[in-house]
Amino acid sequence: METLPTALGTTWFCAIAVLWLGYLFLEGFDLGVGMHMKLFARGERERRVLLNTIGPVWDGNEVWLLTAGGATFAAFPRWYASLFSALYLPLTLALVALIFRAVAIEYRGKVHSDRWRTAWDWALALGSGVAAFCVGAMLALTTTGLPLDANGDRVGGPFVWLNGYAVLGGLAVVAFALVHGLAFLALKTDGEIRTRAHGAFVRWLPLAVLPLVVWVLAVQVRTGAWWSWALTVVAAAAAVTAWLLGRRGSEGRAFISLAAFLAAGAAAIFSAVYPVVLPSTLDAANSLTVGSASSSDYTLGLMTVVALIGLPLVLAYQVWTYWVFRRRLTVDSIPTAHSVVPAIVVRLVTGKSA
Amino acid sequence: MDALEIARWQFGITTVYHFMMVPLTIGLGLVVAVLETVWVRTGKVEFLRMTKFWGKLFLINFIMGVATGIVQEFQFGMAWSEYSRFVGDVFGAPLAMEALLAFFVESTFLGLWIFGWKLLRPGLHLAALWIAVIGSAVSAYFIIVANSWMQHPVGVKVVDGRPVMTDAWAVFTNNTALVAVPHTILGALGVAGGFLLGIAWYHLWRRRHDGIDTVEVAQEGTARGKQRVVVGEAVGVAGRDRTDHAVWLKSLRIGAVVAMISFAGTAITGDLQGKLMFEQQPMKMAAAEAACHDGTSFSVLSVGNLGSKDCSDVAAVIEIPGLLSFLAHNDFTTNIQGVNSLQDQYRKAYGTAVPDNPIYGDRAGQAINYVPVMEVTYWGFRAMIGFGGLAALAALIALVITRKGTVPESRWLMRLAVLGIFAPFGANAAGWIFTEMGRQPFVVAPNPAMAGSVDQVFMFTAAAVSPGVTAGEILTSLIVLTLLYAALMVVEVRLLVTYIRGGVASAMPELAETAQKHDGGPHDGGDGTGGAVAEKPADDVLAFAY
Repeated sequence: METLPTALGTTWFCAIAVLWLGYLFLEGFDLGVGMHMKLFARGERERRVLLNTIGPVWDGNEVWLLTAGGATFAAFPRWYASLFSALYLPLTLALVALIFRAVAIEYRGKVHSDRWRTAWDWALALGSGVAAFCVGAMLALTTTGLPLDANGDRVGGPFVWLNGYAVLGGLAVVAFALVHGLAFLALKTDGEIRTRAHGAFVRWLPLAVLPLVVWVLAVQVRTGAWWSWALTVVAAAAAVTAWLLGRRGSEGRAFISLAAFLAAGAAAIFSAVYPVVLPSTLDAANSLTVGSASSSDYTLGLMTVVALIGLPLVLAYQVWTYWVFRRRLTVDSIPTAHSVVPAIVVRLVTGKSA
Repeated sequence: MDALEIARWQFGITTVYHFMMVPLTIGLGLVVAVLETVWVRTGKVEFLRMTKFWGKLFLINFIMGVATGIVQEFQFGMAWSEYSRFVGDVFGAPLAMEALLAFFVESTFLGLWIFGWKLLRPGLHLAALWIAVIGSAVSAYFIIVANSWMQHPVGVKVVDGRPVMTDAWAVFTNNTALVAVPHTILGALGVAGGFLLGIAWYHLWRRRHDGIDTVEVAQEGTARGKQRVVVGEAVGVAGRDRTDHAVWLKSLRIGAVVAMISFAGTAITGDLQGKLMFEQQPMKMAAAEAACHDGTSFSVLSVGNLGSKDCSDVAAVIEIPGLLSFLAHNDFTTNIQGVNSLQDQYRKAYGTAVPDNPIYGDRAGQAINYVPVMEVTYWGFRAMIGFGGLAALAALIALVITRKGTVPESRWLMRLAVLGIFAPFGANAAGWIFTEMGRQPFVVAPNPAMAGSVDQVFMFTAAAVSPGVTAGEILTSLIVLTLLYAALMVVEVRLLVTYIRGGVASAMPELAETAQKHDGGPHDGGDGTGGAVAEKPADDVLAFAY
């Protein structure tokens, strides 16, 4: 079914790209900080500093994922249905990882025991890593395609998605999150952690952006146009700038340049695949496009109004949150951990008897 | 079991598990917001303590709701892709709006509240909590709008065999949703009320048991009413001072009042909902009554093989004449259609056999049973009302018993109060199971007002499952998620119990310092202020730090 993209459909394609970009940018660093609980942090106090840098904001960041999913459902139900059902197992894995991660952040400090904290540290680090990998794999497959039949259903079994592109996309998001997390830590902490995070950022940046660059290039070679190639060049320039600024010691500017690299890279990918939203590797006629997968103009129009009101609000209060929590943390800002003593040992203390 | 059966179990388990957390989050959030408001306005220290203690438990529970909510949103696409394709034009919108207009608000402002104790002015800090709480109510609204459309589709026309939204106003003001939203939020308040009541009772009982509070009989030999509660303190134990008594007594009485209000409210909204349901889904209500034959009486107890589907051996043991008619139409004489005559009607309207369409797989051609599993609907309906009524009755008794200022020494009464925490949870779970299972065999139940119209929309559950996904995949996720949920339930309950037993000091470590200072030293004379002076937390950046 050949349907041309409507203006509203195209708008929503861009909106969903923006939501994914928002997710990768914001949760990118808290996924990275989560993984660094095991990779970067030295000792209990440092781990608590790391956790508290993302503490007030990680949950809000994760909602970008939910919104990207929900918006896809509302604006492109067939895209949502085909992609999510085809990737049943990796998405299940991602959900399990996200559950572990969320619970670990909230529960880690609630019991005063080393075994408890170590267990949740692993849950947080592995949960963050696995979630980043699965989301990356899913996004890569969205751009390179899945074996879909005419109804949009996956053909070929539960593991047919497992290919080089999936691994590449997974690695791209994991590596980006790791280095993005370091950049964030350099901005949010002070003292020794800040110095070390900054040093590690400069050291690992060239390697960490590599899989994302390869992914962008792979998509460009397949379906690129001149404007998506131009965005690719911008992305590469931003990555180099981030590294140079990092070496000079400008943490803030390096962070912004890295964000620009992500934004240009994501824009390059999305603009290269447009108007296809999910290619079928079996038959190009089965590919889902902005035109064939989108909701009615009525629904899209309604969603546009809601998004025009909602998104600026979200951005405003989220920016304000980052402003409220702008202070840098050090190991000294972390209060002493305390164990919860049951308030029922009274008779021993008072000597009173009932 | 085939993919459909497994997917239904998976959906049911995820939903019921998610809905263990959600009502406590909504109800307790509202209670904590009111407590902090009272604290900000009056400066009474017991309200600060209540805010911190109940707030801590609220947060422990909140995160579990967040974690399972993501599964809830994604499983439509994962396991129910045909459903998503069919309804996406109308069903996706409230889901996306929930994320954009409610989830963002909830999670961002809750982060501000948790970490903002020292960074935000009290009024602003309080506003952050209120905004988060309102966000969770808005989120409930959007989800129920989506669910209500499945119960009673409105605001659409059919284009190329699929519903397309034509009237967003109709979708968002669906009368099914407008009564379900208050019903659900009041149900959530009932959970919070029972929670406060049971835990506060435990602590008051503990104070008596430990000899902190005593009860003196003022005049020997007179009636039992002349007792006087002497509030004491245990200076060596964090937080167990006179203020502590006020914390628990006020929590208990607030909890009891909230539970009673919520029961009254759920009864009224539930009645409205029932009347709508007789109109919109008569089969669900007939099945809830195990009413096989037409009539006007309400069955309190029925026996027989309720699972036999054909109604051949169901017999009512106790009946209230006319009540069913009253529930449906506010009079005692209108004949209500029973399962048997409805089954014939449904067969005429929607077919006797599963359509011969590839999406139904092996099920094509099978006879359709329009009667939901009656033992589930019948007992689900009674469990919902029974548990709710039990909780309200317990709350009333608790108010009477505690009017003197403490709870009885009785250990079994304490155990009952703690056990009573679970009754409203049971009522909520039973309510959802009833309403979802009662809609079967439809995933989108037909709207009778549109019967015969070209725009009538309905979908059999059997057609909704993802055709491309294997049973093995769904089974894997069912097993993994169920095991994970079970493990996390253990962890959550363990944490809740630890913090509950820790008392207020578990959420306010600064109280421990007061206790330390008192340790071994002379007692400060008991001016009744408790630890008020010491309740200024150390000046650290992170008041509720991880």
